Amino acid sequence: MSLSPDDVKRIARLARIETSDAEAQATQAQLNTIFDLIATMQAVDTRGIAPMAHAQEVFQRLRDDAVTETDRHAAFQAIAPAVENGLYLVPKVIE
Amino acid sequence: MKWETVIGLEVHTQLATKSKIFSGSSTAFGAAPNTQANAVDIALPGVLPVLNKGAVECAIKFGLAIGATLNRVNVFDRKNYFYPDLPKGYQISQLAKPIVEGGALTIVVPSTSSGQSEERVIHLTRAHMEEDAGKSLHEDFHGMTGIDLNRAGTPLLEIVSEPEMRSSAEAVAYARALHTLVTWIGICDGNMQEGSFRVDANVSVRPVGQTEFGTRREIKNLNSFRFLQQAIDYEVRWQIETLEDGGRIEQATVLFDPDTGETRMMRSKEDAHDYRYFPDPDLLPVRLTDEWIEQVRAEMPELPQVKLAKYRMDGLSVYDATALTSSRATAEYFEAVLASLSPSPSPGGSGEQAKLAANWVMGELAAALNKAELDIAQSPVSAAQLGTLITRIQDGTLSGKLAKQVFEGLWEGAGEVDAIIEARGLKQMSDSGELEKIIDDVLAANPKSVEEFRAGKDKAFNALVGQVMKASRGKANPAQVNELLKGKLQ
Amino acid sequence: MSDTSLSTLAAQLAAKQVSSRELAQTYLDRIAALNPSINAFITVDPEKTLLEAAAADALIAAGQAGPLTGVPIAHKDIFCTDGWLTTCGSKMLHNFVAPYDAHVIQRFKAAGMPSLGKTNMDEFAMGSSNETSHFGPVKNPWNPAYVPGGSSGGAAACVAARMAPAATGTDTGGSIRQPAALCGITGLKPTYGLVSRYGMIAFASSLDQAGPMAPSAEDCALLLNVMTGFDPNDSTSLERDKEDYTRDLGKPLTGLRVGLPREFFAEGLNNEVAAAVDAAVEELKNLGATTVEISLANSKLAIPVYYVLAPAEASSNLSRFDGVRYGYRAPDYASLDDMYCKTRAQGFGAEVKRRILIGAYVLSHGYYDAYYLQAQKIRRLIADDFNEAFKACDVILGPTAPGTAFKLGEKSDDPVEMYLNDLYTIPANLAGLPGMSLPCGFDTRGLPIGLQLVGNYFSEAKMLNVAHQYQRTTDWHARAPEGLK
Repeated sequence: MSLSPDDVKRIARLARIETSDAEAQATQAQLNTIFDLIATMQAVDTRGIAPMAHAQEVFQRLRDDAVTETDRHAAFQAIAPAVENGLYLVPKVIE
Repeated sequence: MKWETVIGLEVHTQLATKSKIFSGSSTAFGAAPNTQANAVDIALPGVLPVLNKGAVECAIKFGLAIGATLNRVNVFDRKNYFYPDLPKGYQISQLAKPIVEGGALTIVVPSTSSGQSEERVIHLTRAHMEEDAGKSLHEDFHGMTGIDLNRAGTPLLEIVSEPEMRSSAEAVAYARALHTLVTWIGICDGNMQEGSFRVDANVSVRPVGQTEFGTRREIKNLNSFRFLQQAIDYEVRWQIETLEDGGRIEQATVLFDPDTGETRMMRSKEDAHDYRYFPDPDLLPVRLTDEWIEQVRAEMPELPQVKLAKYRMDGLSVYDATALTSSRATAEYFEAVLASLSPSPSPGGSGEQAKLAANWVMGELAAALNKAELDIAQSPVSAAQLGTLITRIQDGTLSGKLAKQVFEGLWEGAGEVDAIIEARGLKQMSDSGELEKIIDDVLAANPKSVEEFRAGKDKAFNALVGQVMKASRGKANPAQVNELLKGKLQ
Repeated sequence: MSDTSLSTLAAQLAAKQVSSRELAQTYLDRIAALNPSINAFITVDPEKTLLEAAAADALIAAGQAGPLTGVPIAHKDIFCTDGWLTTCGSKMLHNFVAPYDAHVIQRFKAAGMPSLGKTNMDEFAMGSSNETSHFGPVKNPWNPAYVPGGSSGGAAACVAARMAPAATGTDTGGSIRQPAALCGITGLKPTYGLVSRYGMIAFASSLDQAGPMAPSAEDCALLLNVMTGFDPNDSTSLERDKEDYTRDLGKPLTGLRVGLPREFFAEGLNNEVAAAVDAAVEELKNLGATTVEISLANSKLAIPVYYVLAPAEASSNLSRFDGVRYGYRAPDYASLDDMYCKTRAQGFGAEVKRRILIGAYVLSHGYYDAYYLQAQKIRRLIADDFNEAFKACDVILGPTAPGTAFKLGEKSDDPVEMYLNDLYTIPANLAGLPGMSLPCGFDTRGLPIGLQLVGNYFSEAKMLNVAHQYQRTTDWHARAPEGLK
């Protein structure tokens, strides 16, 4: 299988990465060589094999329900692109 | 054409934990912006989530309460999308292996036509844990939007019903029953204004008799039962009108505007996100052991449906039993009243007392609380006081009418029942000699009524009873008056 | 600087032959002299380093020193370091001064080891040559026309050039081992879950693991003692008793069964590398080891599997870089959406964007089962191969990389060619096994050759001793590039 420039535009849109038509063309060619490499795994018969999501077969450890954090918003917002009155500012959200 | 409405609800309940689902930040409502958003909540590079045991226990309680399957191994997934109130660019949720699957909730739907309420069982699809997003504040910051991440990471249980409701009344009854249950078992504070209990309604219509579902539209974020009702009613009307005008329903997400009472399109199916769900590699599968589940079960209060069944065994009507189990505080108050009755109700013979107690809790007390805008937990009249009051009715000390006067005294804080009866002279007249004298006086003063009674006019008897009661200043026992009066007139 | 092993430096500090400040200054001077040509460091802050060194001296004076107190170390710029610029090699974080310390950083601070600075790396650890860094490529100290490997290329280069006695690295598909091999040093990727990932900027969460990089296996064992340990802030951190990774150093190798995977000595392996690895095998046999041929039949699928799983996780992990709360925000945009798209288009480099796109694609509707799920299933087959192999051997040996260092620019236009460099290292990440690279010779161009060991879960102490015994009879690891200026 191979990706079309439209596929590239679609996934670039999903990933919120601005991509011009020319970039999509170039990227398409590169991605297709990578997907050719990936395609080699698709012939493998994996029926009955359980997917492996984690390196260790262990279960989640849980944290007790307790408040352990203090207010550090001043330090966190000192490195923010735009803040006002303790709020992060972004271009107007239209719902 | 006759149409049938099909409704399924997705309810987001904020879980009543102290800290967030994946961080140690406080979940308290109303703090200054971003003061309860730590490194994990604002998604600094490198931070990792650690699951809150308390949130999982809330989900276990819910699963137990609705008789659902608790998945012994359940998994957190990432739901990927960009939004400024979603700091990581993904929401941690559960898709393929949620903690709770199945279960059911019995609802009581007040029927409008017959006046008879009707019980229905609504099945649940699933309930899963996830994190809440932050808030976008659209007040004007030089044309920008402000983002407050205090709410980001608050634990949610998303509860999904099967599409089994057939009217807005059923949807509201289900939402209310669910609200009662989650507050009852203490997993959610139920505060709808603060967004602790938010409802999304999936609504479709189809011609009666058709088996396939119609195309549904999802009404997002309804934060009151009234809006839920209005939004569904509007949406159903709109869908039927659209179809009858030859139009088609497109799958869409809509918002309800309480000001106009209308729903409006938020996004169509074409704009629907491709969320690219996959298991969160930062979080290992969650295991629920039988031992843990039993521990959680042991901490749970008796459930509303269990109490409801018990009350019905005591002879209460569905209506009464439903009302008394509308909140845990009401049921607990009612049971405390029963427990303080003297003599305490005996099994099997308690029906009359239970009915009397129910009438007082839902009648006089509820009316007074409602008027004063108080919750039953804040009632100035304690359950023990109400119990004593009812005991005094049963032992003949008080008539119903006098009891109401004593209740007023209790409400005002005038002291205990017996002291109020004493101080205000409200004791029912039980001395038959005194009563006979009053009756003789009344008979002597009303010869016309006596004559009419003897001529066969029953109404005249009632007039005489009224006169006796009036002369006794309400303290006569009406049954006793009846009996004595009949004797004298024969 | 003659002997800069950590045990020697620690002994000199303990004996007060040198202070931590003096030691730190010596390295800072060397960094000042060499970094302009090698570009191993993104950030150096002598003032902060010397303050930390002075604190270490105070601990030593107070008799409160630990085994490595006062020994300076360089940290990969992937670890959030409170008050230090932490860029992850990206324009996206060119201005990000971290407001907290990664768990690994906390451990080194607690051990009293001053930081010499933040080392250069491939952007978001995505690369095998260090050419994807926003801060320019790192040069291989053995020959500046060649790459140092990646993604921990700055770490490997600074240790090789003796600008630091040791460094931290991270390894998702070979990012510690491959640059260690290309720069002629020793580096170890521990069992997944031994070192906390908290504060380590995530690339592929189920594969990422931090580890030590230094000239010798003994150095790595000492560093591993500092780095490992349970961390409640990382849900995948393992709760285990604390180990001393130096405990096996000195044990004879008699009876050690060395597994040689057929597939790692097949076509595609450079002859000089093969010869050096063969010679190392002979050396181990001389030390009492026996060899057994094993098969890791599914390891040939490791690259395709990795290039599905790692980009999938990365595409999600890198979504937080949106220009809202920290880091780069595009200067001009028309709307929120435009701000996102421009910020991410401008803030990420080509390789990172490529991998985000691959990841978004393999997770997208209709492709998940064919790509992501299939890759996870083969991941299990690869791990099962190792489990089977460890029934027949104690440690697996092979080349770290198919060749030695390549020229800058040689493979940067061909992603697939670049990806193939991690052919031998990726399987251990997929299985979560520990792996290490150690020097075993030089090619005819004078570039180092690396030998890889892969051990069973939690067998770090054993692997380190195999490497240590080898290093006691060879001096490849002790050689440093000459004539650096």
